[in-house]
Amino acid sequence: MIRIQARTEPSSLMKVLSPVLAIVLTLIFGSILFTAIGKSPSQALHVLLIAPLADSYNIGEMFVKMAPLLLCAVGLSLCYRANMWNIGAEGQLLAGALGGSAMALYFIDSDSVFALPITLLAGMVSGMLWSAIPTFLKLHFNSNLILTTIMFNYIALYLLIWAVHGPLRDPDGYGFPESAMFSDATMLPTLFESSRTHLGIVFAVLAGVVGWFILSKTHLGFQIRVFGADEPAARYAGFSGKKLSWFVMLFAGALAGLAGIGETSGPIGQLVPNVSPGYGYSAIIVAYLGRLHPIGAILAAAFMAVLYMGGDLAQIEMGIPVAVVSMFQGVLLFFLLACDFFINNRLSFTNQATN
Amino acid sequence: MDSDLIIQILFAAIKTGTPLLFIALGEVICEKSGVLNLGQEGMMLMGAVVGFLAAYTTGNAGLGVIAAMLMGSIMSLIFAFLVLHLGANQVATGLALTIFGTGLSAFIGSGVVGQTLQGFQPIAIPLLSDIPYLGRILFQHDILVYTSFVMTFVLMFVVNKTRIGLTLKAVGENPHAANAIGIKVLRVRYLAVMFGGVMAGISGAYMSLVYTPMWVENMTAGRGWIALALVVFASWRVGRIMLGAYLFGLASIMHLVLQGLGWSISPNLLAMLPYVATVVVMVIISADKFKEKLLSPRSLGKPFDPRQMA
Repeated sequence: MIRIQARTEPSSLMKVLSPVLAIVLTLIFGSILFTAIGKSPSQALHVLLIAPLADSYNIGEMFVKMAPLLLCAVGLSLCYRANMWNIGAEGQLLAGALGGSAMALYFIDSDSVFALPITLLAGMVSGMLWSAIPTFLKLHFNSNLILTTIMFNYIALYLLIWAVHGPLRDPDGYGFPESAMFSDATMLPTLFESSRTHLGIVFAVLAGVVGWFILSKTHLGFQIRVFGADEPAARYAGFSGKKLSWFVMLFAGALAGLAGIGETSGPIGQLVPNVSPGYGYSAIIVAYLGRLHPIGAILAAAFMAVLYMGGDLAQIEMGIPVAVVSMFQGVLLFFLLACDFFINNRLSFTNQATN
Repeated sequence: MDSDLIIQILFAAIKTGTPLLFIALGEVICEKSGVLNLGQEGMMLMGAVVGFLAAYTTGNAGLGVIAAMLMGSIMSLIFAFLVLHLGANQVATGLALTIFGTGLSAFIGSGVVGQTLQGFQPIAIPLLSDIPYLGRILFQHDILVYTSFVMTFVLMFVVNKTRIGLTLKAVGENPHAANAIGIKVLRVRYLAVMFGGVMAGISGAYMSLVYTPMWVENMTAGRGWIALALVVFASWRVGRIMLGAYLFGLASIMHLVLQGLGWSISPNLLAMLPYVATVVVMVIISADKFKEKLLSPRSLGKPFDPRQMA
């Protein structure tokens, strides 16, 4: 007979194994689903996971998609560690794209070497501003952070749409809701020839390392971890919850803002209404899949980027709706949460007769 | 502004507020049992797409609503199993439900995007609809709006006046005490979560069968999230949810009102209004930390494990 038993101590093996198990279960779920809708599961899984890594151009594309996912996920990992439920990476990303793009358009005739750094900085500051407002409302007016950050996602989206229809629209663009193309001085340089991989992925990996360093090697990170694990203990130790909250939220906002301007100054090259296919939401799953660990997020972001590309390919090659990606993301998080049950519990096999 | 326009605006505010009313009524029951389900948006979208598909294939809008209710309850069961049985984090599980529902609804609805159907038609209630002003605002709607009126009053009665309501509140306020007097805490929570799912399903069906009788990806546009704010706004009281839903409905159609008045503000800026209004309202309502703690169900968001003592 199989029984569920509480573990005396959380299993550190399961903590690492759980995401792997969740991915395997999601793939099994996917195969069953594809069979059910009359597609070959082996072909679908090949298109979703293997084909995206088939050649060097595609691997470059993986880095392009990985950059915004990772930037957002590193910030979210720190937020969630500190019990700050920031669901607003998407809005912070859009705000970064909007603010940064406004700066890039200001530099449209410039060839100054400072144009790019100032543009990126503008994106980061815009992202920080977008996370600062909900943080302020939470800390001073006790409003629910989850709901305010979600609302700010929608507000940022409409602000961006308004801007590309209005003040930032290309005057020579035949009325299309798009800004002018940025000048080369405000574009992120690409890393390799014949690939769209740009400096953003370097920033993202760097952010992961910085995030890891802060969390694991600094007193600030120690405070964040204690605060997340046991808030009363942290308060007893005299840690300032407000200061930590501000830090993680602004850090996350800056990174998400960088992700946003990295898109418009990177692969897109102008401000358009649909900057992000939901990177900020997917980053929540990346953060969880990476165990709220900045280095884990690097691996998880790579996986998620492949899934995004696979979704595009599956639509082109097999006529599978691209929405399959966000469905898989949801399923993945379900399985992850279910597998996490076994961090604190285990199955024990006992012979009923001897009991 | 003439009275005709005001009547039309109030009529539209009720219509726009109805999906919010349905979903928030479901969520308030769920939260009263101590469970916070952030998956509203996902359940609502699934209700919308399944309701549309069922009505589209059978030609019967009523079957659409039933299918949507079933779908909503299935979605909520996934959540309930993870949260109640496996003790998974309610916030993360709710988010997963929303992401899953957003993706799955777009996936299964991709074939019917842009198709339209004949949804529910308005029914003027005899006599009542002849009342000057009020009749035209309240009693010339479709059957689902009337259902939402009835539901609100039934729920007010059940929550405040019956044993069921008492059990529900006991579980939400102090699950350990409820358990000690023999109430099956997990069973009550399962039922409350499922009720939330059913209501989210109807709410979605209202969007795709009445409000805009078609299916479009993400057509609920954050209403599931606004409903969560609405519950806070209503201080977890059923009656106030109705008032709040219509106020939010009014905020959502403000752009039509202002355009009617001849103001020229970009429609994209006005589209932000319901979201901005939500933030403003939450700031005002929650500012008093003590009061909110007093009003919200005390075990909200906290898992209950019958094996452990309080």
